[in-house]
Amino acid sequence: MKLVYEKSKPGRRASSLPRPELPPAEVPEELRRASPPRLPELSEPELVRHFTALADRTFGVDTGFYPLGSCTMKHNPRVNERVVSLPGFRDLHPLQEEDASQGALELMWRLQEILAEIVGLPAVSLQPAAGSQGELTGLLLMRAYFADRGEGDQRCEIVIPDTAHGTNPASVTMAGYELVGVKTDPRGNVDLDDLRGKVGPQTAGLMLTNPSTLGLFDEGIEEITRIFHEAGALMYYDGANLNAICGIARPGDFGFDIVHFNLHKTFSQPHGGGGPGGGPIAVRERLEPYLPVPAVVREGETFRLDYERPKTIGKVRGFCGPFGVFVRSYAYIRSYGPALREMSEIAVLNANYLLARLKDAYEAPFDRLCMHEFVLSGRRLKREHGITTLDVAKRLMDYGFHPPTIYFPLIVPEALMIEPTETEAKETLDAFADAMLEIAREAADQPEVLKEAPHVRPVKRLDEIRAVKQPVVRYGFDEHDDPQGAGEARQLEAQKGA
Amino acid sequence: MSFLSLTEQDREQMLETIGIDSINELLEQIPERVRLGRALDLEPALSEPELVAHLTELAARNVDTGREVSFLGAGIYDHYVPAVVDAVLARGEFLTAYTPYQPEMSQGVLQAIFEYQTAICELTGMDVSNASGYDGTTVAADACYLAKQATGRSKVVLTEALNPQVRQVVKTYAPGFGLDVVEVPHRGGTTDPNELRTAAGEAACVIFQQPNFFGCLEPAPELAAAVNDAGALAVAHVDPVSLGMLEAPGAYGCALAIGEGQSAGNYQSYGGPHYGFLAARSEFIRRMPGRISGETVDSEGKRGFVLTLQTREQHIRREKATSNITTNQTLLALAGLVHLSWLGPQGLRELGETCLALSRYAKERLSDAGLELVFPDKTTFKEFAVRVGRPAKDAISDARAAGIHPGYALGRDYSGLDDALLVALTEKRTIAEVDHLVEVLAA
Repeated sequence: MKLVYEKSKPGRRASSLPRPELPPAEVPEELRRASPPRLPELSEPELVRHFTALADRTFGVDTGFYPLGSCTMKHNPRVNERVVSLPGFRDLHPLQEEDASQGALELMWRLQEILAEIVGLPAVSLQPAAGSQGELTGLLLMRAYFADRGEGDQRCEIVIPDTAHGTNPASVTMAGYELVGVKTDPRGNVDLDDLRGKVGPQTAGLMLTNPSTLGLFDEGIEEITRIFHEAGALMYYDGANLNAICGIARPGDFGFDIVHFNLHKTFSQPHGGGGPGGGPIAVRERLEPYLPVPAVVREGETFRLDYERPKTIGKVRGFCGPFGVFVRSYAYIRSYGPALREMSEIAVLNANYLLARLKDAYEAPFDRLCMHEFVLSGRRLKREHGITTLDVAKRLMDYGFHPPTIYFPLIVPEALMIEPTETEAKETLDAFADAMLEIAREAADQPEVLKEAPHVRPVKRLDEIRAVKQPVVRYGFDEHDDPQGAGEARQLEAQKGA
Repeated sequence: MSFLSLTEQDREQMLETIGIDSINELLEQIPERVRLGRALDLEPALSEPELVAHLTELAARNVDTGREVSFLGAGIYDHYVPAVVDAVLARGEFLTAYTPYQPEMSQGVLQAIFEYQTAICELTGMDVSNASGYDGTTVAADACYLAKQATGRSKVVLTEALNPQVRQVVKTYAPGFGLDVVEVPHRGGTTDPNELRTAAGEAACVIFQQPNFFGCLEPAPELAAAVNDAGALAVAHVDPVSLGMLEAPGAYGCALAIGEGQSAGNYQSYGGPHYGFLAARSEFIRRMPGRISGETVDSEGKRGFVLTLQTREQHIRREKATSNITTNQTLLALAGLVHLSWLGPQGLRELGETCLALSRYAKERLSDAGLELVFPDKTTFKEFAVRVGRPAKDAISDARAAGIHPGYALGRDYSGLDDALLVALTEKRTIAEVDHLVEVLAA
């Protein structure tokens, strides 16, 4: 399909703009643009067709089942899109006076109270823009807290299990901490013997995802908490998998001091092809003074922004955070009320149902029930038929499903990480399980079909190595090489060779 | 609620397949002592009509820019968002897709990101853009982190005329990144190149804003040259809608161009979600933070797009990654691409001309009415500072009573400017509205 730039034609345009009757204005010559940016020149009908064609070549939760592990791809209620478009939210300037933004401030205050109740920690900042920014914010809170106690130089290490998302170690580096890795035991829990030897006066804290990326709730969580708190260290809860436990258990109750939420996972902010997200954090009382400013506070019946926090770490993002995300997540939680527990229960039920249907055809590395997601290993298919997890993933596309997360967590070979979420119907789960079982049969009977999959997408398997070796990351206009031509030339050469 | 799809019968059949009697057996995986032994203390569930009524009531307690003629800017602007942006963003495929980890499923969004990267490179005169950052503040922190890794230096220089929130975010990250932050004061509304040259010695990078926070046009080519003289990376923080008229940072020697994307395609939305952009010269391509879409071919030689150079990223490189960013702002960046495509080069140019002409008209009228411009000898783009002869907050209260928000009180961030307003003009303002503003402020 052509790029929007390749459809461009000089003299066409879609926009119409007001032209007030004023003398023409120009900027000083030395600052003036020498040649105009080559933006697309299309009429509105062509523009609409172009982006409709791109949408047609994109797969969302609206299109079909999207069991991408640890991403919680649940249905995004349409009422949330309606309320976020109310002019009082959509067209509100972030520097509007407080008396003229009471509705926005109240919504944020209410969301803070709700999030505090869900995780059992009293103080919330909504400001971080995504989970990984929540992580970095949480680590900067640890720095500020220990610096304040005179332990800043001493406590320089953060402990992370080998099942962690890559964001955790990356955030540790960006926060100026040293990473200490800890192993997973044969039941899929944090290896407590390994852990005990790695926690001490040099430890600032732990970052833990619980349930882990294996979809398992850590059975040793009480002992883990004891180890860290006895060492005077803090506990950070990565909320990527919070969808498993809402209303069932609260990280604050089992010892965590800092929690981040992923509003785009648990609380249904649509993921938009990569974002936006929201990564609020909740903390225990002793960490509240360090939270980002402004804080949203209530005074009697009015709400205001409090900048007077002498110990604050500062700001991690502009204004109060991604407000539109707050509107959607607030609306989502209000649709459930205390029945959020049912949301998590059904997420766990759906995952266990799929696990039960698939664990004989694919290997389950841990013989346990799972929480909201589970990990399978495709190593048997690889060993017996030379079929990799990548082949299985690509073949799922032909059956109309988005593949699960693959090759993660790193400790499971040929991993497939499957998270169905609570919003899927049994028929959908069955169709997916049937497809996975059929693919396992195909691996034995007609492996070449899998190796060449996908067969029905707009493109076949893509050459990712070429994209790295000869990076083309923008359109080059007149100088742009035609990769299609290059491909055809290569095919011709291959044919000649044959 | 209606977001769950299982019937009672479904649940029973599924429990049977799992081999258990109740959902509670599944929850016994969690040690009993850490389970919550009560219901969450949340307000009862709302039906969809009740929910809409509740949120409509909350929204009605905000005064939006449709109810008050707004001259508020200071980083977020009341530009027009074309209908085609809403139409594209309402497509469920874009709205409800995840990051395109499986390219064959996501060619549309990957191509859109590639087209967005191209638009940002065209605007800024750079070679490579990422798929977006969180906003115009965090991309500044990203630029500092990149500059530190690229130069091995730890000092970063920010101009005082750079948006105060951008400076505050960089300072927040500085202890973690191991950065020392130095600020260079403005001289009469703009930055002095000689002063900047001195400050830039031994620095990793220097960030200046064009147009700057006061709306003034910096001598940007001279600033970039001064930074380059000192061997630091010049980083321009730019407004995308100014770049139909103003020279691209890449054309005057900047190493990176960053900015807040809201002006192009996003509603004000009380400050977010929006997108930040970060673009660089090609030599920094392997140090870029965040997602990048790249062109390639499929097994039959057909053009396609993939997330590329992923060995920079956290999910591959972990603690050695160039950034921890994962979720970005793709949907908002898509809005930017649609808006810029709707404008085209001619529309972008006209939009800039209208902002410039209206702001010049407003400055003249306010001066004629006896108000004093804070930086009278500086050229501005769409925003300028004016003294109102009394505390700015009083002027704001009075103007709001007349149905106008006259601008941002600069005294919140700068000493000696308690009587100054920062006034922003977009293409949505009219001559009549400017006349009304002058009448109200001169009263």
